[in-house]
Amino acid sequence: MTDRNQAHMLLEIQQLSFIEVELNLYLDTHPEDQQALAMYNSTHQNLMQCVRKYESIYGPLVNFGYSPGMQNYWKWVDSPWPWEIKY
Amino acid sequence: MWLYEKKLQYPVRVSAPNPRLAKYIITQYGGPEGESSAALRYLNMRYTMPTGRAKGVLTDIGTEEMAHMEIIATLVYKLVEGAPLEAIKATDFGAHYADHGRSLYWENAAGVPWVAAYVSATGDPVADLHENLAAEQKARAVYENLLKLSDDPLVNDVLRFLREREVVHYQRFGETLMEVEEYCRQKKIF
Ligand SMILES: [Fe+2]
Repeated sequence: MTDRNQAHMLLEIQQLSFIEVELNLYLDTHPEDQQALAMYNSTHQNLMQCVRKYESIYGPLVNFGYSPGMQNYWKWVDSPWPWEIKY
Repeated sequence: MWLYEKKLQYPVRVSAPNPRLAKYIITQYGGPEGESSAALRYLNMRYTMPTGRAKGVLTDIGTEEMAHMEIIATLVYKLVEGAPLEAIKATDFGAHYADHGRSLYWENAAGVPWVAAYVSATGDPVADLHENLAAEQKARAVYENLLKLSDDPLVNDVLRFLREREVVHYQRFGETLMEVEEYCRQKKIF
């Protein structure tokens, strides 16, 4: 049901967004840390690139207008849900 | 406002169906030290925090705890998904099955349903942040217990990830507590 490539691309997104979760929490208590902020911003670029690439193949990752819908097809209800994906 | 991201924070795999292990792990879904308790505790406390940093930490950790709730739900779902009824009947998960079938439910390992009394909010930011420090330690301790009860290496990998997150949250709440205490001290002086 899940193709290997999808699981692989998701893993890349999970790794990058984990870096952002960690840096976000760290910056919440260290907002003056310029090095962490620079890392947050550069990872953001990489993350967005991976997300857009994933979405062009597998459909929206985020609901309510934060991801583009696919042309002519509402893919949101037709791609595997997180608990169904076989890693 | 929250958005839904159609992915898990961390990939979840299990080696084989294991309803007995599901019955233990479900406590981190609906038990006192579970991820749902954590998410609701932090998101509910945000409103009376005095500083932007404290509001940020509670919002962001509370949101991450919701992602952890989803990871635990996925673990339980996958451990029960392919289990034959005979295997379910042979374990404590049979009691869960009687009421809930294979669906998720907020309960501890003994089947006691979630209650709001698991979380507290006093309106005193210093007291509330201390509550969170204790909550993170207790959540870590429960993950240690679960790691001793589980012999599925793939499940253990996920449990270890979640245990480490509690350690990071504890660290961030400690820093937040120091900042809020300093803020309260300064307010008294001026
Ligand atoms: Fe936590």
